[in-house]
Amino acid sequence: MTTTTLTKRAAQFAVIALAAASVTACASRPKPDTMTPAPTAPPPATQPAPPPAPVTQGPLPGTQQDFVINVGDRVYFDFDSYAVRADAAPVLEAQAAWLNRYPSVMVRLEGNADERGTREYNLALGARRANAVRDFLVSRGVSSSRITTVSYGKERPIDPGTSEAAYQRNRNTHTAITSGAR
Amino acid sequence: MRLRILFFALTAALLSAGALASPARAQIEVDVNRGDIQPLPVAVPGFRGERGAEIAQVITSNLERSGLFRPIDPAAFIERDLDIRYQPRFADWKTINAQGLVNGEVTVDATGRLTVNFRLWDVFAEQQLLGMQFTSTSENWRRVAHKISDAVYERLTGEKGYFDTRVVFVAESGGRIDRIKRLAIMDQDGANPSYLTDGSYIVMTPRFSSTSQEITYMALRPDGSSIYLFNLETGRRESLGSFNGMVFAPRFSHDGGKVAFSVERGGNTDVHVMDLRSRTSSRLTSDPSIDTSPSFSPDGTQITFNSDRGGSPQLYVMNADGTGARRISFGSGRYMTPVWSPTGEYIAFTKQAGGQFHIGVMRPDGSDERLLTTSYLDEGPTWAPNGRVLMFSRETPGGAARLWTVDVTGRIVRPAPYPQSGSDPAWSPLLN
Repeated sequence: MTTTTLTKRAAQFAVIALAAASVTACASRPKPDTMTPAPTAPPPATQPAPPPAPVTQGPLPGTQQDFVINVGDRVYFDFDSYAVRADAAPVLEAQAAWLNRYPSVMVRLEGNADERGTREYNLALGARRANAVRDFLVSRGVSSSRITTVSYGKERPIDPGTSEAAYQRNRNTHTAITSGAR
Repeated sequence: MRLRILFFALTAALLSAGALASPARAQIEVDVNRGDIQPLPVAVPGFRGERGAEIAQVITSNLERSGLFRPIDPAAFIERDLDIRYQPRFADWKTINAQGLVNGEVTVDATGRLTVNFRLWDVFAEQQLLGMQFTSTSENWRRVAHKISDAVYERLTGEKGYFDTRVVFVAESGGRIDRIKRLAIMDQDGANPSYLTDGSYIVMTPRFSSTSQEITYMALRPDGSSIYLFNLETGRRESLGSFNGMVFAPRFSHDGGKVAFSVERGGNTDVHVMDLRSRTSSRLTSDPSIDTSPSFSPDGTQITFNSDRGGSPQLYVMNADGTGARRISFGSGRYMTPVWSPTGEYIAFTKQAGGQFHIGVMRPDGSDERLLTTSYLDEGPTWAPNGRVLMFSRETPGGAARLWTVDVTGRIVRPAPYPQSGSDPAWSPLLN
């Protein structure tokens, strides 16, 4: 790898980090864990010691982890709704930007529903959510040929809880990278 | 039909010559709509011969589980070792207030052929109500017990039984976020469970044909979904085909000639139907709403389905060609998974209201809605072939799904006799 490429990569990473920061700033609703920036410093030591020089770490740009950590691979929906919420739009903007930057990446949009509905209706609802995200990404220039959709209905919850907060987490569309990441 | 079972004890025995000359109304009469119904006390002493005790136990369990009968503890029996060739000592059975008495005898011949003779007696009328013989292979003794149960049930209630049936369902294991779902089948009393898929992909919503030992179900994999037809007798499994979108919610027409199902394209879900002989399919709905969970009327002329075209999921009925859709559910709450009863008189459904889920029934015109159950999550009713009992899945908060049954009056709600986690039950027709 040449120095030039490395520099370019570093610049890209900075842009992504900026994008992630702006996403965080825009979000008005509780944010999923996956949007939290990567930890940058160890916890303070109990014994006095000279402070080490800060070292930031993070996934390589263009990798699946980069997408998950710095962009966010999941957006959330209201009950029985597939409208893209205000807090989801910046995440999807970032997803579209990332996908436009890495045009060989293919994604599968997986729509999910909470358990408060019947299996069949929730399959249809999950499909609406997957397609709402698909329409958003396509409107931002991502080719539809790079996207497939599937609905898992209420079969694939990410939170096993039974509180409203758990239901909220389980109403989502997951953007899964199927190929093309670095 | 009224929601009313009358227990008639007729003077005539089914198998006696010149029977039914003067059917006398007996003293036993039960109205299952009454809240204070007393199940009919019956005695089923162990049959004589090999497997006789086990056969009597299967019959006892079936009758007890129906909620319409109260088997008497054998420890209370006075007359012991009944001989099928002679009348029972009615006085002994009256003493313990057994209204009905079932006794029988099992013989197994040198080739392993099992023969069961049994008689059903009206103790207080001192009359034989049934005398029948069943023959099968000896390993088939449980089915013989179920057939006897059905004969007794039919004789005493006037309605067909549902004991010689099976249930196909989804066996669940693993945690809530990594659940493994396998297609499974068992006898209606939980015996002989076996898996039909290996759990490497999600299966959902199996449904029985009402005319054959064939099921249809949905398989869901990351690259999409498929609807399968699976003949349980031949083991032949085939896909319904490719529909350029997700397919789910399959259900046979009552004559077994068609499958109605949902196809999702671009986020819009519509009801389609496929003729299984010609393999041609057509789309029945075109509304930009969710149209799913189709279920045919028994005569095949109409389809009830679930749609949110009015803003929330509600029940609709349309003609089988897709015309004339009209909403039938108007109560408060969300109505889903309508299932037409085998007799045609009811549509069962799942209702979500006030943070709870219910299994309910209504007339096909939407009248007479009655909620039969209430819980954190009840879902997906299936009718026993006689239209008197429904099975469904129930989840407690954070718990595993279990199979439950409720009778059509809502009076008898109990766990199905399957001790593990299961969902999406579908009842078979009576076996041949």
